[in-house]
Amino acid sequence: MSLTKKDSFELSPLGDSAVVVTFGNEIKSDTHHKIKACMNLLINDPFIGFIECVPAYTNLTVFYDPLVVYSEYQKNNITEYDSPFQMVCSIVKKKLQKVKTDQELPQRTVSIPVCYGGENGPDLEYVALHHHLTIDEVIRIHSNGDYLVYMIGFAPGFPFMGGLSEQIATPRRSSPRTTIPAGSVGIAGSQTGVYPISTPGGWQLIGRTPTRLFLPTQNPPSLLQAGDLVKFYPISYQEYQEILLKEGVK
Amino acid sequence: MSFRVIKPGLLTTIQDLGRWGFQQHGVIVSGAMDSYSLRIANWLVGNQEDEAVLEITLIGPTLRIEEDCLLAITGGHLSPTIDGKPVPMWRPVYVQKGRILEFGQCQSGCRSYLAVAGGYIIPEVMNSKSTYLRGEIGGYKGRALQVNDVIACYKPSSLSTHWSKNTTIEPFTTTNWSVHYQDFISFQENPIIRVIKGSQYDHFTDSSKNELIEQSFFITNQSDRMGYRLSGPNMKLQKQRSLLSEAVSNGSIQVPPDGNPIILLADHQTTGGYPKIAQMISVDLPLIGQVKPGEAIHFSLITLEKAEHLYLQKEQQLKELKIAISLKGCVK
Repeated sequence: MSLTKKDSFELSPLGDSAVVVTFGNEIKSDTHHKIKACMNLLINDPFIGFIECVPAYTNLTVFYDPLVVYSEYQKNNITEYDSPFQMVCSIVKKKLQKVKTDQELPQRTVSIPVCYGGENGPDLEYVALHHHLTIDEVIRIHSNGDYLVYMIGFAPGFPFMGGLSEQIATPRRSSPRTTIPAGSVGIAGSQTGVYPISTPGGWQLIGRTPTRLFLPTQNPPSLLQAGDLVKFYPISYQEYQEILLKEGVK
Repeated sequence: MSFRVIKPGLLTTIQDLGRWGFQQHGVIVSGAMDSYSLRIANWLVGNQEDEAVLEITLIGPTLRIEEDCLLAITGGHLSPTIDGKPVPMWRPVYVQKGRILEFGQCQSGCRSYLAVAGGYIIPEVMNSKSTYLRGEIGGYKGRALQVNDVIACYKPSSLSTHWSKNTTIEPFTTTNWSVHYQDFISFQENPIIRVIKGSQYDHFTDSSKNELIEQSFFITNQSDRMGYRLSGPNMKLQKQRSLLSEAVSNGSIQVPPDGNPIILLADHQTTGGYPKIAQMISVDLPLIGQVKPGEAIHFSLITLEKAEHLYLQKEQQLKELKIAISLKGCVK
């Protein structure tokens, strides 16, 4: 199956140096496959002026250098477009005609320990109250899930995962916290994720993992990648401290 | 050649043009808030334009210059002096060994850039020397400068030796020409910041869209290299809805539920889940890097085509400037 249908994707600008290729409007694994296939094609055969691309749940953002794109078109005497954005759209449309989305993509499973609640999960009680559940029920539902990593973003190594049960999906906080401790496990709408480093953020925090997700000296610098399957398992506060000591995490 | 840090200043970090290529792993771009001043500073000392420089914020450092060197200071005017004597900006300056470079009152702008001929010896992390403060990687040991830090420099390029004059009397010498910086960066109060429509522009009410361009916004104190939080008219959505996280860029203007827009800047996270009402144009990004907390800005909405045209035009001007500077270096 290839992306030749006119309505299977949309192109829109993100500022004057990036284009967003949108494949859907919901968290679905076949949308994810289209995004991964498109991304692989762009990375393996980059156009002149291509810088990088960032996958998300429903779209792929392609960053480019407008001057390099423009100069390349000028050099080849292509006067069809005046705008680097139009030039990149034309290139992306041509490339998408070659995308094959029926190939099997390899998948890894990664297990992540989580110490739920208390000082490690200051919003766990709010999530439970919001859904008229007990704290134990929230923990059970969250740790029973199988989560597909749709994208890494927001911070180095931060996985955005789909598959969160609607029973515990909770809106983001209305005003973000200015600091969230590294390793915090959170919920925002129907997404769940882990903060690999300390950053500001608006997610509801339900627990904390001692595992390192950002590995700056390695390539790739992220433990998780788009396409991985993640399982959480609850650990006690004591086990959390023990793993912290072993991993040498701050 | 090296600098020894006697006083670190408010926030002095090593920055280049950014850590590109790793955003899919969530690694942010960082880099100079005012990239035009960075590039020009590098050209003035005969460096490649993307060489790392010191980005100096509001209160500058005090540095001891350990060997004779050629340097240039661009960006906001933070009253630089060498052994107490004011140093002219926007031109190459040849400084004698043992002198003290200091900064004083902020006269204009917010950030100043200090380039040295040859560049600073800083290890690259993921192809860049930029400091990612929150990630504690890159730059000088992954952090801002502190007292007693010593930053070493490489041997300068041959282009810079044309401006290097030996003198035993003056603490520094400089050229009689300088860059007409007004063509590239402005330090006026209440600047107009040009934007194009954001990805979720149409999710906002008509009155918010009007207020975005009719009223001023103030940069609050909760502002830093990651983003500038604004206060002003409240931006309202037509209806509340949850947005899935997606990539954002330098200049994305996102609106959390409290209605106060945030302009995402150099240290912004790679993705965001708040609706984006507008996007700053690339050409005005250096401008916002020179606005201080407490100051006001005014948005103006333009088309994408106009934004692209401005970008290409500015790059042409910068290219001509680069050539002009290098020609100065070839004439004694």
